[in-house]
Amino acid sequence: MSVSEPTAAAVGNVKERDWAAALPSEGADPIAAKRLSDPSTPPPKLYEKRKAVHNKRIDGPFRRLKWAIMVVTLTIYYVTPWLRWDRGPYAPDQAVLVDLANRRFYMFDIEIWPHEFYFVAGLLIMAGIGLFLVTSAVGRAWCGYACPQTVWTDLFQHVDRFVDGDRNARIRLDKAPWGPAKIARRLFKWSIYLLISLLTGGAWILYFADAPTLVRDFFALEASPVAYATVGILTFTTFWLGGFMREQVCIYMCPWPRIQGAMLDEKSLIVTYKHWRGEPRGSLKKAKKNPGADGDCIDCLQCVAVCPTGIDIREGQQIGCITCALCIDACDKVMKEIGRPRGLIDYATLEQCEAEMAGKPPTPAWKALLRPRTFIYFGIWAAIGVAMLFALGTRSHTDLTVSPDRNPPYMLMKDGSVRNAYTLRLRNMEARPRDMEIALVGLPQGAVMWTDRIGRESAAESQRVTVPANETRVVRAYVTVPNGVSADSFSFRLTSLDEQGEQDTAQTSFSSPENEP
Amino acid sequence: MSDKSRENARIDEPTGTELVGHEWDGIEELNTPLPRWWLWTFYATIAWSLVYVVLYPAWPLVERATEGVLGWSSRGELAEEMSAADLARRSVYEQIAATDITKLPANPELMGQAIAGGAAAFKQHCVQCHGAGAAGYEQYGYPNLNDDDWIWGGELAEIEYTLTHGIRWGGSRQTRQAYMPPFEGALEKPQVDALVNHVLSLSGKGQSSTEGVQLFAQNCAACHQPDGSGDQLQGAPALNDAIWLYGGEAANIRAQILNPRHGVMPGWSDKLDPVTIKMLAAYVHSRGGGESAEEGTEEVASDAEAVAEAPEGGDDERL
Repeated sequence: MSVSEPTAAAVGNVKERDWAAALPSEGADPIAAKRLSDPSTPPPKLYEKRKAVHNKRIDGPFRRLKWAIMVVTLTIYYVTPWLRWDRGPYAPDQAVLVDLANRRFYMFDIEIWPHEFYFVAGLLIMAGIGLFLVTSAVGRAWCGYACPQTVWTDLFQHVDRFVDGDRNARIRLDKAPWGPAKIARRLFKWSIYLLISLLTGGAWILYFADAPTLVRDFFALEASPVAYATVGILTFTTFWLGGFMREQVCIYMCPWPRIQGAMLDEKSLIVTYKHWRGEPRGSLKKAKKNPGADGDCIDCLQCVAVCPTGIDIREGQQIGCITCALCIDACDKVMKEIGRPRGLIDYATLEQCEAEMAGKPPTPAWKALLRPRTFIYFGIWAAIGVAMLFALGTRSHTDLTVSPDRNPPYMLMKDGSVRNAYTLRLRNMEARPRDMEIALVGLPQGAVMWTDRIGRESAAESQRVTVPANETRVVRAYVTVPNGVSADSFSFRLTSLDEQGEQDTAQTSFSSPENEP
Repeated sequence: MSDKSRENARIDEPTGTELVGHEWDGIEELNTPLPRWWLWTFYATIAWSLVYVVLYPAWPLVERATEGVLGWSSRGELAEEMSAADLARRSVYEQIAATDITKLPANPELMGQAIAGGAAAFKQHCVQCHGAGAAGYEQYGYPNLNDDDWIWGGELAEIEYTLTHGIRWGGSRQTRQAYMPPFEGALEKPQVDALVNHVLSLSGKGQSSTEGVQLFAQNCAACHQPDGSGDQLQGAPALNDAIWLYGGEAANIRAQILNPRHGVMPGWSDKLDPVTIKMLAAYVHSRGGGESAEEGTEEVASDAEAVAEAPEGGDDERL
């Protein structure tokens, strides 16, 4: 996008900046740059091949942070299904289980039923707000550290390095003609890719069934077709997206880079090249000859070499930058070697950059975290979490819903009494069978009830029903009011006959010839 | 897009990329090349569609669509699923067929299945007269099947018999036959009035008279019993309860005495198989008014869901 005004770089209400200095003299598109000076150059192609990214190995604080997050996230992903959690004889003993067949979601001590899907919705809202929180504070940290695409791409790039060596060796191998050695190497590498992909797809299905059983069935070829299909699809997507598409996913497929552009403001931390310090670029040789003429950037291209998406951060914020900060590690290392201060490429906000350009001393990056927006997001996020925990902790394990039969609304019996039928749903959310009492509340004297299992001869004002563990029992109840007695609205009261004595009351109506609905 | 048209393309200064040349409110589009894999993906979708056209029904023609070499159709798939479902139900059918209807209540599981099957068949064959809630239609004399008043008996076996042979139905020799003579011309108007009042008094509504008692004993008690409690063996309705097939007002009763209406129900033995009839009987019996063969037999599940084995948590989603 461009704005035809020459003052293109104004961002929101931020003062107009002179970004031209941050731009390399040659544009991002060498063909276009050539055509600027020489119109006879042929126009660019409609399509272009992906340029392979061979990112160089680098060590530094951010790289170590990435390692740590990768280990933690992958461990969580692969280990979680194997955790056991004893829930007694009536419920599965897997700590985290999405039991689609029985429509239950287990997570340690929490068990969620379909009608409580709002807890899952709440988790999704928390994830969304958490993303806003992180983005407003530290920019695209999600992309750079925690996104599965990033984590697996990183993993596959380490596989590349392990099999083919570091950047230069891989570039050489890419250019080398196909021969037995290269084919063997490639097949070896791709088989490692495939193994990782299989493990990834395989771990996914373990969340939906009992992990040890499923693994046994899976290899005995006795698992359900949907399990094999899921593993197949996820293996393929991991292999293809992590092994070959990589940064293309971020640049062309994922909506997040576009959204985050709208969520950053001048107070958000981004990975920034401090052009006022770096430009004009000059080699070390030139600096020796003519000290003070050039900036700190010696154009060593290490920042480009380590970048997992292969961009040049010195061109400013761009869609391809996932804010993984590996270029910071690389640049800091170079600056240390040539004895210049670190932070030529660094986490900074636009505001901090403004201040630095105006000659103020640099502020530490972490100060950018302390701002109202971050606290408000965090407050909302935490409030939802606390509210959900509260709701989970205080919810009743006993629930009653009543739906009166509407067709016919009432039945006149031989003796002139009026009968209504109701469908009651008694929910027992505990992992043990429980006895419950259903009682009529607010009906005149003489009203009795019986159910589909408790015959008319045992009709009374209340009935005892056993509800199986972890189930909703459907009971058809009949309520009869004697001849000549009028009744209108009343309630069913459900009481659990155990030490908890949980109660739930559901109001409903009694239809008769006098008050036909 | 020929090279000629691109010769004068402008370059976007900040990014150094060529512009497409369109402009909307000062906003222009960059001519960034598409990734090559995108093009391949596009070709792959075209290939996919070609393969689909070959394999599946695709082109609508005048009479029907092209068939596709797999021979798949949604209708065929439905038929397959239906026959698979039939196959799955077969064992239940066989069990019901092998169980005498009076023995059904002793097997709650099977009874539940029978009731569920009966509910489905009821929606297909019975709701036209008896209504979706089985509440009948007083104006036309379609009986209510939910209450506990049965002209021909409300036990499972009796209901099954009624369903099989019908009521006043020409298609079966064993059909339920009951006939009430018309009293028009046989009784004077005051006599009819006295009789109507007596009949009303049986269910505690009107005032009886000596004449009414006499007339009833002479003309009616033979079938309807002296106390008006009716006789299920003859199919004589009870007159001493709150339920009236053709209406319980004086005018309705008078009309019925003078010119009785005789409802007809077809027998179902020629349309439905015995198992379906058995299931229908179980369902009708379960509507809450069914009579037990022996006193004290437990009522059985009247809601198929109650005997469903799967957890019912999902039902909550419908509430």
